[in-house]
Amino acid sequence: MKFSVFIAPKAIRSQLASSSKEGVVSELVEALVAAGEISAADQDDIIKAIMKREELGSTGIGRGVAVPHTKHSSVEKLVGTVGVSPDGLDFESLDGQKASLFFLLVSPPDRPGDHLRALENISRQLRDDQFCKLLRQSKTAEDIQALLEEADRSQFGG
Amino acid sequence: MHRTVTVLNPEGLHMRPADKLVRAATAFQCQIELERAGQIADCRSMISLLTLGAMQGCQLVLRAQGPDADAAIEVISHLFDSQFNEP
Repeated sequence: MKFSVFIAPKAIRSQLASSSKEGVVSELVEALVAAGEISAADQDDIIKAIMKREELGSTGIGRGVAVPHTKHSSVEKLVGTVGVSPDGLDFESLDGQKASLFFLLVSPPDRPGDHLRALENISRQLRDDQFCKLLRQSKTAEDIQALLEEADRSQFGG
Repeated sequence: MHRTVTVLNPEGLHMRPADKLVRAATAFQCQIELERAGQIADCRSMISLLTLGAMQGCQLVLRAQGPDADAAIEVISHLFDSQFNEP
């Protein structure tokens, strides 16, 4: 599943300011609200649900990447965004490294296949060192969006 | 050593089962891989496992090579059979 199917360009954030797990999750969920992807009324509930999922085990998957996520009945299709934290932060990842790239996903409860296909795409692209490096160096949301478009055209990994 | 395993979890091999798989694989000395249609994933890497995109019903070839390969195959097959103890 290509990035363009589930990443909302208007919700991409290149300079996450928070230095805590909950702070980063809140920034990205707020970005999805600002982009009109989820309603403001559901914001707090979605943040809580994502943090509850993190309690079951960190979604830091290694290589400085985390994929905080939840199911939520308010969304009709998988919605997601990307954030970059210039300094990185402790996300309790399996490999003990700081996380600096975040892919936040909110999926409808009845579509586990879409969630799995999004994870498949994210992890495939992230195997490419160049893609990870360029994402981390991105200064603007437009830079990130351009990299995601390149990835969708299979310029990285594959 | 190899054995065919099937993903029984309704939501497929998503992050929580993959996390359990990595933790189990890391306890062994041997190399442990899963193969899906020619694509090979290292069981010690979450990113590698997620690239399989293995949904419910998907069959994978589990391979282990090294001194404790037999035990690794048993433990990891059991994780698949027990749906990774997911609710």
